[in-house]
Amino acid sequence: MRRFLDDTLVLAERNLKRLPRQPDLAIGFTIQPIMFVLLFAYVFGGAIVTPGFDYIDFLIPGIIVQNVAFGGFVTALGLSEDLNKGLIDRFRSLPTSRASVLAGRTLADVVTNFIGVVILLVTGLIIGFSFMTGAAQVVGGILLLLLFGFASSWIFAVIGMSVSSPEAANGIGFTLIFPITFISSAFVPVDSMPDALQAFAEVNPVTILVDAMRHLWLDTPAGNNVWGAVVWALVLIAIFAPIAVAKYRKAASR
Amino acid sequence: MHFDPSSDEPAISATGIRKHFGDVRALDGVDLEVAQGTVLGVLGPNGAGKTTAIRILTTLLRADAGSARVAGLDVVDDAAALRAKIGLAGQYAAIDENLTGVENLVMVGRLYGMSRADAKVRAGELLEGFNLSDAGDRLARTYSGGMRRRLDLAAALVARPPVLFLDEPTTGLDPRSRIELWETIELLVGEGTSVMLTTQYLDEADRLADRIAVIDLGKVIAEGTAAELKSRVGGLRVEAHLADPADGDEAARALAPMSDEQPSIEGDLVRIRVASETGAIMDAVRRLDSAGVAANDISIKAPTLDDVFLTLTGRELVAAEADGDTGEHEEAAR
Repeated sequence: MRRFLDDTLVLAERNLKRLPRQPDLAIGFTIQPIMFVLLFAYVFGGAIVTPGFDYIDFLIPGIIVQNVAFGGFVTALGLSEDLNKGLIDRFRSLPTSRASVLAGRTLADVVTNFIGVVILLVTGLIIGFSFMTGAAQVVGGILLLLLFGFASSWIFAVIGMSVSSPEAANGIGFTLIFPITFISSAFVPVDSMPDALQAFAEVNPVTILVDAMRHLWLDTPAGNNVWGAVVWALVLIAIFAPIAVAKYRKAASR
Repeated sequence: MHFDPSSDEPAISATGIRKHFGDVRALDGVDLEVAQGTVLGVLGPNGAGKTTAIRILTTLLRADAGSARVAGLDVVDDAAALRAKIGLAGQYAAIDENLTGVENLVMVGRLYGMSRADAKVRAGELLEGFNLSDAGDRLARTYSGGMRRRLDLAAALVARPPVLFLDEPTTGLDPRSRIELWETIELLVGEGTSVMLTTQYLDEADRLADRIAVIDLGKVIAEGTAAELKSRVGGLRVEAHLADPADGDEAARALAPMSDEQPSIEGDLVRIRVASETGAIMDAVRRLDSAGVAANDISIKAPTLDDVFLTLTGRELVAAEADGDTGEHEEAAR
């Protein structure tokens, strides 16, 4: 266990070191989310009716959830690159704990997700977002986001270990995450959607997390959303982490 | 560097290794043995199964049948302990391009379980040994192909492994980098490291390997020292390129007394087997001269590993690589 933690930290450090050295990747999780916030707030914001809220207040929890859901993308991309460049072979030939290569990735994502959340919150606060709850709920919300992002990273780890190239990881990630985050309460009220989409949106874990975030930051009624989001995150980790590790054990570098 | 100097257990021994990918038999009952402190060259065309063999012996892949021990440990039952005793440098330089040379080696050292401080000291030693000290703080993506291979080999040596696996270590390198890498490998062997090295280059196997296993279509088709393998295709021969190809028969008659075997004629080239190097060229010159045959070039040829491969498989190494169906083996082997 000690060994697993040490190895995981060494590899997480490696994954974080490379980010500032790959400016294209760094832009992906700094400038791009800011752009999305501004586009949604000022292009769609005027047209979307959100009873009881300013659209900015409605939007910020939703768009931060979307950003965190995409955060694991760095893991898929990185693993896919490591496979193609033979690094996974090297790691597998070392006396390293077997799950640490993946855990090093998903742990690094927690750090990048945190940076992303801070950037988006600051952007939101500048353009008029305000918390309607206390510090404890604000921090609790951030922790919930990071937990959910960690779960999403394990899904991306499976994608990264399954596809043939970083480009394919890119394609599959977007095709999967875009509908899931859009058919939710992240950007529009669910009851504005056609019935079929509404049915999906209501059971979508993204909706549950977004509603939990609105409870923690905007003081909307809680329902079961906070616990629901925690359970969803733990279930996703319990399903996808073992699949990712099994794929890693069998991985042959391409 | 010997993993256990007191024992004479081989550094690597594999028995009856089989591995198939779908319908393709990548390895079809392979036996290999590497004595401690020696180099085994595994020679064969692309797709012969060389990489698959390395992957099985380094615990990256599990064989369908057969057993293997490396550094005294079983590749399946003792896989975790075994990984601490081996170094692997694969076909591709497996380095992180977004880390510096130092960072790459420190990371590998720490994954072998070294402390940060120890890993740094070791990284410094290796960079110096591989002539990379000046580039140690540069990102690896700025390195040339030769530098990447050297860094990759350095990474394989971080933990001073007693057994080293090198999968086509010089493929794609320029001639100078190749020779430098060969010298490094020779130095390691001199210190007692046991090495299994795959290659498709005969000169590489000839220079580095104590013993050579020729592998083709998943089977070891010959094994021995370079000299033993060469002796299987016959001894020395004198080759004469004639000024006028029409003189072929005349030249053959003149040279025939030099050997028990008849000379062969191919265009302007006349070949004859000889027992010894000494005096053979002078003898041939005299005989051709007194027969009135002019030659542009007369030389002694020793058999090469190319000849060995040709004799064993009926194919030349290069032709074997161009073989359509062996390409699939390689795909599968990866």
